[in-house]
Amino acid sequence: MQRLRVRYAKRGRLRFTSHRDISRAVERAVRRAGIPVAYSAGFSPHPKISYAGAAPTGVASEAEYLEIGVTTPCEPERIRGDLDGSLPPGLDVLDVVEAGPGGLAERLEASEWEVRLPGADRELAGVAVEKFLSAGAVEVERLTKKGPRRFDAREAVLRLAVSEGTGRTAAQVPGQSCVILRMVVRHMTPAVRPDDVLAGLRLVADFAPPVPPEVTRLAQGPLDVGTGALADPFDLDRETTRGGEAGPVGEHVAG
Amino acid sequence: MPVESIFHRLEALLPKVQKPIQYVGGELNSTVKDWDDADVRWALMYPDAYEVGLPNQGVAILYEILNELPATLAERTYAVWPDLEALMRAEGVPQFTVDAHRPVRAFDVFGVSFSTELGYTNMLTALDLAGIPMLAVERGDDDPIVLAGGHAAFNPEPIADFLDAAVLGDGEQIAIAITEVVREWKAEGRPGGRDELLMRLAESGGVYVPKFYDVDYHPDGRIKRVAPNRADVPWRVHKHTVMDLDEWPYPKKPLVPLAETVHERFSVEIFRGCTRGCRFCQAGMITRPVRERSITTIGAMVDNGIKESGFNEVGLLSLSSADHSEIADVAKGLADRYEGTNTSLSLPSTRVDAFNIDLANEFSRNGRRSGLTFAPEGGSERMRKVINKMVTEEDLIRTVTTAYSQGWRQVKLYFMCGLPTETDEDVLGIADLAKKVIKAGREITGSRDIRCTVSIGGFVPKPHTPFQWAGQADHETVDRRLKALRDSLRGDKEFGRAIGYRYHDGKPSIVEGLLSRGDRRVGAVIRAVWEDGGRFDGWSEHFSYQRWMAAAEKAGVDVDWYTTREREENEVLPWDHLDAGLDREWLWQDWQEAVSGGEVEDCRWTPCYDCGVCPTMGTEIQVGPTGRKLLPLTVV
Repeated sequence: MQRLRVRYAKRGRLRFTSHRDISRAVERAVRRAGIPVAYSAGFSPHPKISYAGAAPTGVASEAEYLEIGVTTPCEPERIRGDLDGSLPPGLDVLDVVEAGPGGLAERLEASEWEVRLPGADRELAGVAVEKFLSAGAVEVERLTKKGPRRFDAREAVLRLAVSEGTGRTAAQVPGQSCVILRMVVRHMTPAVRPDDVLAGLRLVADFAPPVPPEVTRLAQGPLDVGTGALADPFDLDRETTRGGEAGPVGEHVAG
Repeated sequence: MPVESIFHRLEALLPKVQKPIQYVGGELNSTVKDWDDADVRWALMYPDAYEVGLPNQGVAILYEILNELPATLAERTYAVWPDLEALMRAEGVPQFTVDAHRPVRAFDVFGVSFSTELGYTNMLTALDLAGIPMLAVERGDDDPIVLAGGHAAFNPEPIADFLDAAVLGDGEQIAIAITEVVREWKAEGRPGGRDELLMRLAESGGVYVPKFYDVDYHPDGRIKRVAPNRADVPWRVHKHTVMDLDEWPYPKKPLVPLAETVHERFSVEIFRGCTRGCRFCQAGMITRPVRERSITTIGAMVDNGIKESGFNEVGLLSLSSADHSEIADVAKGLADRYEGTNTSLSLPSTRVDAFNIDLANEFSRNGRRSGLTFAPEGGSERMRKVINKMVTEEDLIRTVTTAYSQGWRQVKLYFMCGLPTETDEDVLGIADLAKKVIKAGREITGSRDIRCTVSIGGFVPKPHTPFQWAGQADHETVDRRLKALRDSLRGDKEFGRAIGYRYHDGKPSIVEGLLSRGDRRVGAVIRAVWEDGGRFDGWSEHFSYQRWMAAAEKAGVDVDWYTTREREENEVLPWDHLDAGLDREWLWQDWQEAVSGGEVEDCRWTPCYDCGVCPTMGTEIQVGPTGRKLLPLTVV
């Protein structure tokens, strides 16, 4: 069975899809596109599609990953086009490669996030980031299904920088400025998410954005611990399979 | 005047609400048209949550048909949950469509499809959020025409004050006709304003405009007379019937939601109407006659629908799907076509007497073998005679045990409680029936691993049925019988654990009864309930019986008078001026027959018994067989 690895984006209003919504949409798109997906055996067969670390509901992403098992070999670039054409605009397929050796999930060691905070105080954001980075640990609390849970949000953060831009966010008045946080966060257990980092900034410097943040995952992949840079997780697959042309790499602008 | 999307304002609220995806639109096959390219614009609402409203066939069909018309656009809107409603009020965000997020008030027609009366309060929320005055008389020329359709619109009197108009019956052709009337009126420069537009609609006889009718009452509260208050407005408004369903093969572009909805499948209506003559069934009475879609059209629609949607389940819908004259060929043909593709077929609404195991096997061939559901409705043979749902105990047990022997493990049985003439014994008969089913099932399979679930709810007498005169059972009686049935099932050592029991208590049925057979005076109750926070009355976690009773008392409305009171033959009923085609004398005679135990056959297979519909409406029964078969699809 050939396995295809897919990088896709969830953009704009489709960032409000939950993981379950996406898996239903992908299943249907696979059927519409006529991709020869393999099914599990048994009483109630399921298509063999697996997902690696989905971004939370409400968070946009340029770097989500899934894997499809197919019964007959497929040309990755053709699958990219067909699957993209069958998904609603906003769920966009960016790159498809034939799976090489090794699991995909293990390669996704860290994520790079962009957090837009329209109307937030630029100066205070800078102070908060500095305090956060210089702290040894920042204990935050998150409400999970099992109740409140306390954990350190600091250790996982490898890079965190503040900049400013004019926004294009939902809540923003045109022309109003917008604080932008960029961070590289290592995947750990429990997972530290951008909202946990925001909770940390609130704790250390009482930094609280006036409206809900607009969060985008920019990249996921193998981590260079020294520089905090992320590599393309498909590099290994391309080296071994010659299957796919290199797709778009680097950053994508959320639409 | 340019109409702008409110999405940017809504978007800021979405991170704070449950399941935000339901508000963003962007479904596969949805349509967004340029506002200025259309001169007639419809906002279509299903007045319940998105997850219930999106799969609704009526709205989906009208959405597609209207968007196919030149210079016409249609968008959809659904009830927003209270969490978003509160935020929209705080931020001044109006009721919006999910397609292009345009404010509902900017449209020409606001069409609301009511499958059930329990959506009335949700319509009021939508009107209020839209900034449309709640009372029709307070609306101006900038407000849309608020139009009701769907089965509940066959008695729109309780919401008459909030509606500008209502249509009865099949919506396809009348929606187009209304569009053209609106287009012409706008092109002429809106002569006479809103009033003249409504007049033009009313004169046609196909659109009911409540304000052109006056209702007079007797001192004792009964209706004395309903009469038009303008010349040229007809005394009665007639329902619409689409003949030849093959000419209307919708949906062609099924909406595929991102959010999870209650029916995740592609649905094809295989016929419309039902003449089985079940006396409680409003749907069967008001959708006559039976009009089948041909096997070849069904095949083509399924093929196209699966390709367009990517759904892995196909539902063949109708009021009694196994009654299609070529259902066996449809089932076999489709099962052959989709062999090995993991596409499952489902057949909701199957009568016990029309069911056969070959059919069920075809339906489960390519997919999951889900449970089987039958609806004997009445627990005793006597009761089933009263409601004219003639299923013998033998039939039922034979059918169910065959299903068990063929590998089905779970059978669901639907019943009603509080039917006319019902006694405690009739309801306890359900327990006997369920036990016999399990006993026979165990014998034939030699296994104890079989189950049956009894599901039961309160009966609500509906307009345009032989039971429209009946006194509804009070909720105390219904609840007492439901409890006795539960005790009888649970207390049984031998079978109790093999029988599941689900029930709806009697109180919501009383409110449904009030709204079903209510008149214009009930509108004040709906309004008061809404003002007191009433929303989503079809959801048990939101429904409050106390709220409804308090509102009725405040409005001076005697709930018993509307629900448990039996009506006399010549009492003017609130919906008598709305014509479903049924001969009133025939309905009354059928009501008398019900009490005396007389049965009516199905006119598809026996001579006409003069219910009145076909001659009044100029329609006829359209059934096969066509003799055609579904050929294998050539793989592209």
